[in-house]
Amino acid sequence: MDAILLQILNGLDKGSAYALIALGLTLIFGTLGVVNFAHGALFMIGAFCAVTLQRILTLSTITIDETQKDFLGNPLKVKTPYVESWFGPETGAAIIDWSVPLAILFAIPVMLLIGYVMERGLIKHFYKRPHADQILVTFGLAIVLQEIIKAFYGANPIPTGAPAAFRGSFDFGSMFGFDPNTIIYPYWRMVYFAFAAVIIGGVFAFLRYTTFGMVVRAGMADRETVELLGINIDRRFTIMFGVAAAVAGLAGVMYAPINSPNYHMGMDFLVLSFVVVVVGGMGSLPGAVLAGFLLGILEAFASMNEIKAIFPGIDQIIIYLVAIIIILTRPRGLMGRPGVMEE
Amino acid sequence: MSKSNFTRRGLLKTSGIAGAGLALPTIFTASSAAAFTNEPTGSTVTLGFNVPQSGPYADEGADELRAYKLAVEHLNGGGDGGMMNTFSSKVLQGNGVLGKKVEFVTGDTQTKSDAARASAKSMIEKDGAVMITGGSSSGVAIAVQGLCQEAGVIFMAGLTHSNDTTGKDKKANGFRHFFNGYMSAAALAPVLESMYGNDRKAYHLTADYTWGWTQEESIAAATEAMGWETVEKVRTPLAATDFSSYIGPVMNSGADVLVLNHYGGNMVNSLTNAVQFGLRDKQVNGKNFEIVVPLYSRLMAKGAGENVKGILGSTNWHWSLTDEGSKTFVKSFGEKYGFPPSQAAHTCYVQTLLYADAVERAGSFNPCAVAEALEGYEFDGLGNGPTLYRAEDHQCFKDVLVVRGKENPTSEFDLLEVVEVTPRAQVEYAPDHPMFAGGSLGSCNPGA
Repeated sequence: MDAILLQILNGLDKGSAYALIALGLTLIFGTLGVVNFAHGALFMIGAFCAVTLQRILTLSTITIDETQKDFLGNPLKVKTPYVESWFGPETGAAIIDWSVPLAILFAIPVMLLIGYVMERGLIKHFYKRPHADQILVTFGLAIVLQEIIKAFYGANPIPTGAPAAFRGSFDFGSMFGFDPNTIIYPYWRMVYFAFAAVIIGGVFAFLRYTTFGMVVRAGMADRETVELLGINIDRRFTIMFGVAAAVAGLAGVMYAPINSPNYHMGMDFLVLSFVVVVVGGMGSLPGAVLAGFLLGILEAFASMNEIKAIFPGIDQIIIYLVAIIIILTRPRGLMGRPGVMEE
Repeated sequence: MSKSNFTRRGLLKTSGIAGAGLALPTIFTASSAAAFTNEPTGSTVTLGFNVPQSGPYADEGADELRAYKLAVEHLNGGGDGGMMNTFSSKVLQGNGVLGKKVEFVTGDTQTKSDAARASAKSMIEKDGAVMITGGSSSGVAIAVQGLCQEAGVIFMAGLTHSNDTTGKDKKANGFRHFFNGYMSAAALAPVLESMYGNDRKAYHLTADYTWGWTQEESIAAATEAMGWETVEKVRTPLAATDFSSYIGPVMNSGADVLVLNHYGGNMVNSLTNAVQFGLRDKQVNGKNFEIVVPLYSRLMAKGAGENVKGILGSTNWHWSLTDEGSKTFVKSFGEKYGFPPSQAAHTCYVQTLLYADAVERAGSFNPCAVAEALEGYEFDGLGNGPTLYRAEDHQCFKDVLVVRGKENPTSEFDLLEVVEVTPRAQVEYAPDHPMFAGGSLGSCNPGA
């Protein structure tokens, strides 16, 4: 029982990341009709926003300390971050410590801008082209973005820690009457889950309760009629692309402390996120979220030793296996609407 | 009336035979002019450096390439000569190898066996490389070693730690300076026993490929021999990025030590996840929970940041060693590039010098002559103390370092501290040891 609870918890944070990326993918597909394979790269760029802010905050003055030696025997160069000399050592250190949450503020404008440039600069030329062309060009774009990041930051993962207050883990086991240490769960992953819930709720509320969101939903349902009413739907869809990019970026920022960001992390999530979208139903936002959490939890269960003992290697194929079963039994996915991708 | 046999068919037949006869000697001479593959005939000799220049190990590959370039510079008489000055053999004079200037070509392994074979093949066939070296993964090393054996060139392995490279997959044309899983286990076990006692329960998480399997086997055998119990061995997919679902069950298993048989990105993520889950703050069976990373790399430790503090592992070499060879190498590498070399850079630099030295001593680039010069060769002054290139399996035997993540690093390079230098005698094993059994060297192939 405790093992099952533990894996449900483990599935939640992975499911949160899948859900956030799949939500953005579905938004773009539903509004612009574009299959965006560069979406994983946006997640990765978000994580690198956290890395970049950390680097900016730790920009330092260099003083030479004659009493200490570096590896070549020369006097050691001691670095003092500017924020520490401006705000005092304690406040400065606290600002650096909180660089990941602060990076949210930094990432929102950056991601909106990247999304806007991507859509206006490249993707808009592919609206009328077949899906295969869209996949090729966005996949190519993903590789280009990946290589740019690698050229600047190198191929090794870069540690980007959570604030000290959120390090360590919480013992759920003792709270629910199990033995201590049986169900432990890191604080930051709980934060991530809560953050994902807020973002998902925010996107739904935005689409549901604002006039802008209403127009976008109307455009998703019947683009021509909305245009005939004299509304510039293209401009709104461009903004939605920016919003989707920001959602992926924020998912990346907050993911940075969970696994050190590297240039390849977007690709690791991309394929699975597409499976999530298909399982949830192309174009269905609630479907994407539901499928994200469902597959995240299933993946966690499949990594259990007890299950691997019966089906060796199941942890590597479970998501695809479930996807096949769902597509066979419900070709539109869990919550897919009729008429989407069925022409 | 004259009768002629001169017919069209006869003409074709005769010219066909004549043509074949004329062509025959050139077929033979084309291959027999050179005594071995890519025999250097001009004033230069070409070496092939096959390292990951893209993909997840690109940074390690870049460091290897820096070391190779430094070695070439030193061999050609440039720079300060580096470890050529401390090397026990004095045949290298800084005038190239056998009087030929050393040139090099590079290939990108991408840390994929097929890409690595393709780039090695291209360097041998197109660029005329007489020796191939490099690699940052055992899967790649074994694949390229096999190719070099078929092609008839020497393969000087870079960073490869699987027992199989000089075990069941060993080849007569292949040589490994780097240590292996068995040696890591033999060096680590006594330190683990003295620090954590002999009543421990170990849980293994293992990367699911040749290197992970052999390291898991080696560590489990060595720790069980001193009284530890192995609770569980779990294989994780090489492509895994989040290890939370593998780490959660560790605490449930009653284990009090977690052994991470992971390298590269796997190691960074699994260690980070384990620390996030607070494993190191827990008490199990009345003891502090401990994590062990049997194969450490400073470049990888950097990715894991603060999480490496206090964690034990082993390494082939570390820049903080104080012997003359290491100091000289760190100085020439550090002055050229501005930071200390990694263990991957060290082993690649040393392999290049050892190859050049063997060619000089053999007086030939012929792979069979070079192999003979390397087999059973004893040397010193290259940073690991007295070292033997064992003839039976082409594995180097030398001291092994047990290291620990440093609690208070003074710089970004100062991540590991050497806990113990395990003497060579303690990590030696018989050539027919069961963990290395199954293959045979075969005979050397000069190609051509």
